[in-house]
Amino acid sequence: MSEDIAYHEYDVLVIGAGGAGLRAAIEAAEGGLKTAVLGKSLLGKAHTVMAEGGVAAALGNVDPQDGWETHFYDTMRSGHFVSDYRMAEIHAKESPDRVLELEYWGAVFDRTPEGKIMQRPFGAHTFRRLAHVGDRTGKELIRTLEQKLMTLDVDVFQEITATKLFKDQDRVAGCIAYYRDDGRFAVFTAKAVVIATGGWGKAYKVTSNSWESTGDGAALAFRAGAELADMEMVQFHPTGMTWPPGARGILVTEGVRGEGGLLFNSEGERFMEKYDPARKELSSRDVVARGIYKEVKAGRGTPHGGAWLDITHKGAAFIKRKLPGMYEQLLSLADVDITKSHFEVAPTIHYTMGGLRVEAQTGATSVPGLFAAGECAAGLHGANRLGGNSLSDILVFGRRAGAGAMEYAKNAKMPKIDGAEVQAEMQRVLAPLARTEGENPYRLHEELQEIMANHVGIERNGPSLEAGLQKMQELRERTEHMQAKGSRQFNPGWHGVFDVQNMTLLSEAILRGAIARKESRGAQWRTDFPDEMEDQGRVNYVQRLTDHGIEVRPEPVPQMPEELAALFKRGVAPGLANSARKE
Amino acid sequence: MAQTAESLQPTKRKSHSLPYWVEPTFTVVALGLFGLYTLWLVFFQSSGQFHNYLSPFFSPTESWGIKVLPAIWVLWSPLLFRATCYYYRKEIYRGFFHDPVSCAVPESRKYYFGETRFPFNWANLHRWFWYVAVIVLVFLWIDAVQAFIFNGHFGIGLGSIIMLINVSLLTAYTFSCHAFRHLIGGGSQKFSCSDGRPTTRYKWWNRVSTWNENHGTYAWVSMFFVWFTDVYIRLLMNGVIHDVRFF
Amino acid sequence: MPDEITLSVYRGDKSGGQEVEFKVPMQTGMVVLDALHFIQAHDAPDLAVRWNCKAAHCGSCSAEINGSPKLLCKTRVDDYVGEVIHVRPMHSFPVIKDLVTDVSWNYEKLRQVPAFQPAIKAPFTLQQRDVDRIQEFRNCIECFLCQNICHVLRDHDAKDRYWGPRLMIRIAELEMHPLDTGDRLELLKGAAGVGMCNITKCCTVVCPQGIDITDNGIIPLKERVADVYWDPLGGLVRKLHK
Repeated sequence: MSEDIAYHEYDVLVIGAGGAGLRAAIEAAEGGLKTAVLGKSLLGKAHTVMAEGGVAAALGNVDPQDGWETHFYDTMRSGHFVSDYRMAEIHAKESPDRVLELEYWGAVFDRTPEGKIMQRPFGAHTFRRLAHVGDRTGKELIRTLEQKLMTLDVDVFQEITATKLFKDQDRVAGCIAYYRDDGRFAVFTAKAVVIATGGWGKAYKVTSNSWESTGDGAALAFRAGAELADMEMVQFHPTGMTWPPGARGILVTEGVRGEGGLLFNSEGERFMEKYDPARKELSSRDVVARGIYKEVKAGRGTPHGGAWLDITHKGAAFIKRKLPGMYEQLLSLADVDITKSHFEVAPTIHYTMGGLRVEAQTGATSVPGLFAAGECAAGLHGANRLGGNSLSDILVFGRRAGAGAMEYAKNAKMPKIDGAEVQAEMQRVLAPLARTEGENPYRLHEELQEIMANHVGIERNGPSLEAGLQKMQELRERTEHMQAKGSRQFNPGWHGVFDVQNMTLLSEAILRGAIARKESRGAQWRTDFPDEMEDQGRVNYVQRLTDHGIEVRPEPVPQMPEELAALFKRGVAPGLANSARKE
Repeated sequence: MAQTAESLQPTKRKSHSLPYWVEPTFTVVALGLFGLYTLWLVFFQSSGQFHNYLSPFFSPTESWGIKVLPAIWVLWSPLLFRATCYYYRKEIYRGFFHDPVSCAVPESRKYYFGETRFPFNWANLHRWFWYVAVIVLVFLWIDAVQAFIFNGHFGIGLGSIIMLINVSLLTAYTFSCHAFRHLIGGGSQKFSCSDGRPTTRYKWWNRVSTWNENHGTYAWVSMFFVWFTDVYIRLLMNGVIHDVRFF
Repeated sequence: MPDEITLSVYRGDKSGGQEVEFKVPMQTGMVVLDALHFIQAHDAPDLAVRWNCKAAHCGSCSAEINGSPKLLCKTRVDDYVGEVIHVRPMHSFPVIKDLVTDVSWNYEKLRQVPAFQPAIKAPFTLQQRDVDRIQEFRNCIECFLCQNICHVLRDHDAKDRYWGPRLMIRIAELEMHPLDTGDRLELLKGAAGVGMCNITKCCTVVCPQGIDITDNGIIPLKERVADVYWDPLGGLVRKLHK
């Protein structure tokens, strides 16, 4: 093929330009390595920008009893004890430093009266822990990282899509990508590759995720031999918008409930009193989402299939000060003035807890030279993520994956990419444009979303999951034959082909994980196995792609050492226990 | 509630605003008429005093031996203060220079250098004209007080009230100025003392900031009132009307 | 409500193009981006439009709707009942394809702004009142609608002499940070060209985040430049004060 291909060589190549990717690139570049970042969108537009509530870090600025032990305790409990305790420990210990580092780089958090970084309460956090900037914390975080990155010698490739990872023997060797604006190819050879491409919420129709959340990196790494874990754990956020149709799924921040919002069913009953009498609306996300779902199923849903969320009792001035983004969002998109009236909310797909199986210290996957961090990696959040832990996750493990990749690259030689493989991949990528007939990627995406909604939503059961898997395998077969009309120039139909292929692969893994886990735990709720199995449930379902398809195997959760396990024996959060002792 | 059937009715959600040329045309007409009136005063009127009422165009009357046309003696400073005012600059560039006449309306002129060259870079001297405007304001306040003293006795006439309103509006306009907002506190980088309490400059900046939001309104209203005050006094001088005494 | 709406969407690339009409079934509460997605899924799968979050957080979907710069995800179709909705790419940047423009110039300039130079190590002690005004600026979503509407860039294409409102806001947030020790005034007066702005405020009008770009950002920067370059007296006072 007489293609004009750009060839690049880097020590560390980061795929994904969200918070985790940028943090990894900063680490590698500050270590003096030649580093590049690839992003599907413009710089600073990644899904990180949508995080609203805050970044969880046990700074103890407003609740001095808080400390890493309590943050660790909250994370493990909310993850229903299938999290990797080593990740949870590192995360709890390092998040405060990562937050302060952001402040040093120019982030401007809200302040306490003493002039420290302000922290707010959130569902299932024992203490007020979320450092924040109004309801736009994610934007502050990604902007700061973007601005820090600009001071370093890092090559940023914007609007470029990686389609395949190459290997040199066992180790990763780089990737091929195409520029979205004109369809040119670029081949990146790299000693180490960091995957930081986020989640795959777009496999579902009703989701708070942006279009980018198609799981590209996880799918690429999976095909390259890396292992996935906990794929069945997909978080429903309890409160997404339900109306108008175009806005369905858009997030209503947990902050509304944090600031006092109450949930009611169509009969005016405050139903969370039934499902979690102690914490009510501020229970963990899996419990609240299931509560709303059950009310709707029992016929007590609102006109568009949700629950009423009401914060009018807090008064207009308070709402506009604390939740300016939400006030504006509902007013402009749904014509609802939340200071005057209640509004409908329903669960929306929010986060994928599962993903690439990584080593806690370095973010290394099972493929040498390949690292992963952020939402595309598994381990920290287990069966249910705590609000605010994703922003701290990308900072802590973005940095660690960057450092891990740097150490690996320092001791590695530049790998070789096989030219024939490059040619073959280019042909595969261009094939949809050459086809005169074939499947429509937009249509297949809709079908995918329908299968996911019908077979592996909030409520799951064996026969339905099996039927879903059957359909998904048929769909995956059809995704090989998609057609894209038009040219290589900025062609969303063509781009969609690879998004759909990646999502169907990962969706099959979600179904297989959900089938394998024969219990209910956190986000996985099976009506045929409604109970959490104390012992046989404490495993991670690990998946590998072989020539015969996806293989699933259970791996026991790593055992906590004695001093960590002891934290859970008092039956009360460490911070509370310590302060009680002092009194 | 938006989700009820009522709100799904086909309604046009927003009424479209006025045509784009209304605002620049108003600017040209208003400033143009004011300019013509001022020229008429400069060339054809030598005073603006009716007993204890003094037109703002002719204050102060004392010229300390400097010989210029009476109106010019004071007029240059408020005129330059207004001409370099951040609010008027916007209206003037839009109305008179079509740079741009309104947002997203194409411009015909190719050449543009903004405020980087003479005479437009003189806008940077705004603060100096502000200093002078404050001095003039002191005289205007003296005049306003004089307007309440009729032959050595306190009294209130319609003219006294008009002059008081006039000087109040001019004060509001002068102290809501962007340059003043910067000088009083906006220029400082830190707003808190080491004990966490607000600095005096912060308190002032905060106060001036709220006034500054209405700077444009004060600009127009005070200009109109200066004109109105002069007209009122001139009508008294010519015996067309008689002042109303309340007290 | 009409069953159907008509959109006239610009199709083309750097070699030129024209508007093409599409009919889209009307749905309650629909935004212009929804209509464009319908067109992609049914009529023109290769219609190029940049978007990410569809919730007005990311600032990707900037375009011009009936002549006004707007975010496609935030502009309701029912604002235009009885009208054809004309959707065109941003005027001030080169078209790549259809509604997608090349905004890389903005990122080049953002890289040229000297970064935050803190006086001390974190944690900082700062009061909320110290950071209020920079938080306003940091609410920017980099949609570049202000750059698009700014007549200096839009009509005079003076990108070599003025960096535009977005960059002014970036510089303002650094200059007004209580702990920043950097000095960007020479840059402001020179290459960044704050003097090119004639404060006609269209940037403030189009900002979807409601940032008071001109009054709180650009004018204070102009005054800072005046402090140093037009006010020798003030300069002397400041020197003595130090």
